[in-house]
Amino acid sequence: MTTTVTVGLGSCGIAAGANKTYDKIKALKESENLDFSLKKTSCIGMCYREPLVEIVDDTGTYIYGDVDAERAIEVIEKHVNQQDPVRDYIVYTDLFDAPENGFMNSQVKIVLRNCGYMDPESIDEYEAREGYQAMKRIAEEKIGADQVIETILKSGLRGRGGGGFPTGLKWKFARANQSDEKYVICNADEGDPGAFMDRSILEGDPHSVVEGMIIAAYAIGATGGVIYCRAEYPLAIKRLNIALGQARQRGYLGNDILGVNDFNFDIYIKEGAGAFVCGEETALIASVEGERGMPRKRPPFPAESGLWRKPTNINNVETFNNIPWIILNGAEAFASWGTEKSKGTKVFALAGKIRNSGLVEVPMGITIHDVIMKLGGGIKEGKKFKAVQLGGPSGGCIPQYLSETIVDYDSVNATGAIMGSGGMVVMDESTCMVDVAKFFLDFTCKESCGKCTFCRVGTVRMLEILERITNREGREGDIEKLEELAYEIKDNSLCGLGQTAPNPVLTTIKYFRDEYEAHIIHKKCPAKVCRPLLTYTVDQEQCTGCMVCLKNCPANAITGERKQPHLVNQELCTQCGVCYSKCKFDSIILT
Amino acid sequence: MTANEHLIRDLVEKHGTNRTALIPILQGVVETKNFISDTDMTEIAKELDLSAAQVFGTATFYSFLSTEPLGKYVIRVCKTITCDMHGKRTIIQTIEEMLKIKVGETTPNKKFSLLETNCLGWCHEGPAMLINEKPFTGLTHERVHDIISDYISKL
Ligand SMILES: Cc1cc2nc3c(=O)[nH]c(=O)nc-3n(C[C@H](O)[C@H](O)[C@H](O)COP(=O)(O)O)c2cc1C
Ligand code: SF4
Ligand code: SF4
Ligand code: SF4
Ligand code: FES
Ligand code: FES
Repeated sequence: MTTTVTVGLGSCGIAAGANKTYDKIKALKESENLDFSLKKTSCIGMCYREPLVEIVDDTGTYIYGDVDAERAIEVIEKHVNQQDPVRDYIVYTDLFDAPENGFMNSQVKIVLRNCGYMDPESIDEYEAREGYQAMKRIAEEKIGADQVIETILKSGLRGRGGGGFPTGLKWKFARANQSDEKYVICNADEGDPGAFMDRSILEGDPHSVVEGMIIAAYAIGATGGVIYCRAEYPLAIKRLNIALGQARQRGYLGNDILGVNDFNFDIYIKEGAGAFVCGEETALIASVEGERGMPRKRPPFPAESGLWRKPTNINNVETFNNIPWIILNGAEAFASWGTEKSKGTKVFALAGKIRNSGLVEVPMGITIHDVIMKLGGGIKEGKKFKAVQLGGPSGGCIPQYLSETIVDYDSVNATGAIMGSGGMVVMDESTCMVDVAKFFLDFTCKESCGKCTFCRVGTVRMLEILERITNREGREGDIEKLEELAYEIKDNSLCGLGQTAPNPVLTTIKYFRDEYEAHIIHKKCPAKVCRPLLTYTVDQEQCTGCMVCLKNCPANAITGERKQPHLVNQELCTQCGVCYSKCKFDSIILT
Repeated sequence: MTANEHLIRDLVEKHGTNRTALIPILQGVVETKNFISDTDMTEIAKELDLSAAQVFGTATFYSFLSTEPLGKYVIRVCKTITCDMHGKRTIIQTIEEMLKIKVGETTPNKKFSLLETNCLGWCHEGPAMLINEKPFTGLTHERVHDIISDYISKL
C-alpha cells in the first residue's frame, strides 16, 4: 500500500497549530519507521477546519479536520497502521458521506486547481501537475502569438481585478502597438476590505501566476515583467521569489525561452508601500516608476502608453492563473462554464457573519444564495441573513431578498453593486447598514489621492452627513443631499476610486431606505449598533445591584442602592454606552 | 561617514540611481530603522539627483514609509470592516492598556508603536494584526495579551 500524508501549512493552518501536527507526524514516522510519504501543502479553502491532514492511499482520498497533535497520533495509528480510517474526524472523502463533501463537490477548481494539492515551494510538484506544460505546448507546437490571443478571446475570460474587461481584447491591443519595449504587469495589490483571494493564490500556487505572465509576454511580445505585490503579504512575496528563481533555473524565464528565438523575458517583484489607490492601474505604474501613486487620465490606456510610456498589459493575479488552464484545456472547455457573457469560474473570499469563512471557487451563474447558504454554511449563530457586500468600497450591498441574483458581471451590476475582485462580506440582522456605508466611505475618503476636488472634498462631506445621522443629529433632507453629492462625485472623478466611492451609500439607500429614515426621523438604530440612538434601561429582574454602572456613568444618570436594582434617568443619560460595556451581568437593555 | 550615510550608500549600490530605485531605497531605510529622517531624505535626494521635495513627496504618500520615528516593533491592527465585526476594538483596548499608549503613539522606550491599518487579507480569521512583517490572526483578548507579553520580554 502506498500512502501519502499531507499537512496543510497555509497561513491559517499554521495559526491553528498545524506545525505541531506536522512535527508530531514526522516524529511518529521516524521513531516507528512508518511507511508513508509526508508532504506539506497550502490553503485548500477549508480554513474553518484547520489543522487539516489529507491521507491518500490505495482505497481513496480522506481529509481529516481539526487535527491537533493528539488527534494526529490517533489518526496515524488507526488509519495508516491498521488501515482503519477514523470516520468521526473525516471531513471530506470520495468514498462516503462526510460533512464537507458538499463544500468540496459544489466547487469547480480552475484557478484553485493546485492550491492545497501541492507544495507551493516546489517546482517539481508544479510540473507534476501539468505546470509549465501550457507554455511548453506553445513552444513545441509553434502556436503563434495571434493564435494564443484568439484562444483567450474565444474563452470569454474577463479581467478578475474588478473591471471585467475581456482579457483577450486587452492583449490584442497591447500586441498591436509596436514598440522596442513592452511590459506585462501582474496586479497583486489586493486591497479591497474583505478580499484575500489573490493572497491565497500567490501563497498556494505562485508558479501558475508566473506561467500566465510568461504566456501573456509571448502573446503581446513583452520584454519585461513586474509583479506589484502589496507589502502586507510577506509570505506571498517570499514564495514568488522562490518561484521566480526556480523558473529562471529551468529556463522558463531568461533568453530564448524554451527554444523560442528572441523570446527574452524576465520578471521582478515590486513591493507596495501601503497605498490602496496603487491598485488602480495608472497609479500602480506611477508607483513602479518611483513616483507618488497618483492615477492619471485614460486614454491613453496602458496598452498604448504604460510603464515608461511603453505598451503595457496589466492583469490581475486570478486572471493570470486562468491562462495556463485555458491553453491546455481549450477555450471551449473554459466557456462551457458560466453564463452568456461571464465565462468560467470566480473565486470568492467569504467573510463576516458567515459560518464557513474561507475561499471558494464557483462557476459563474450560481446564485448568491447558494454561495452563502450552501458553500458558506449559512449565517453564524443561527441569525438572519440580511445583506452581502460585494466589490469592497467600489461595490454595494445586495439585500437578502435579491439573493437569487446570479454571480455574473451584468446581473451583479444591475443591482447597483459590482462583482469586484471577489470579496463577499456577509451581514446579519445585527449589522446596521448606515454604519456599513459610513465604514466604506471613511475608507475611500482616507485613501483618496487628493487629485480631484470632488473625490477629496465630496467624500468628506458625505462622511460628515453619515456621522451626523448615526450620532442622532440627522436632519430631513439628508438622504437627498447624500444622493446629490454621490452623483457629483461619480461624474467628476478621474479614476475608479472616486467614481465608485459613493456606491456603498447609494445601494444602502436604495435597499435600506427605511433604516436611514429610522435614524433620521425616529432617532432609532433598528440593528442597535449606533450607540447615540439607543435607549439604555436596567433589567429590573436581572440587575444584581453591583453599582458598577453607577460608578462609571459619566453623566451621573444612574441611581440605586447596593444589591438593589438600579435605574437610568433618561433625562440625564447621554447615550454614551459605558454602562452597557461595563455591566458584567447583561442587565443593561438596549432599545 | 555616519552609519546612516553607510546605509544609504549600500542601498544605492544595491538598487541603483534610477528613479525606480527611490521606493526600494526608502523601504530599505524603513526596514533597518523603521523611519526615514529628514537627513536621510536629503541624502537620498543627493544620491539620486532628485530634489528633496520629490523624495519627501513620494515618502509621505505611502503609509508604510514613515517619516516619523517609530518603535522597534510596529503593531498594525486591521481597522477594516470584518475585523471590526469580529471585535477589533477589544484588541486595540487590550494593547493600549498593556503598553499604556494610544493608537498612533510610540512607547517612551521606543520599543512599540501602535497603528491602525487597512485590511490585511485575513478577514476570515479576524481580528488580525501585523507586528513588523509577521501576521497574527484570530485574535482574542487572551491571545493578544500573550503575544504582546512575549514581545515585551524580547530585547
Ligand atoms: C481604486 C482602485 C483599486 C484597484 N485595486 C485593484 C487590485 O487591488 N487588484 C487588481 O487586480 N485590480 C485592481 N484595480 C483594477 C485595476 O485598475 C485594473 O483594472 C486591473 O488590474 C486589470 O486587470 P484585469 O483586467 O485582469 O482585471 C483597482 C482599481 C481601482 C480604481
Ligand atoms: S478620483 Fe480620487 S483617488 Fe482617483 S485620482 Fe481623483 S482624487 Fe485620486
Ligand atoms: S449610557 Fe452612558 S450616560 Fe447613559 S446611563 Fe449608561 S453610562 Fe450613563
Ligand atoms: S452594572 Fe449591571 S448588574 Fe451592576 S448595577 Fe449596573 S445594571 Fe445592575
Ligand atoms: S489555510 Fe488551510 S485551508 Fe485555508
Ligand atoms: S478586514 Fe481585517 S484583515 Fe480583512
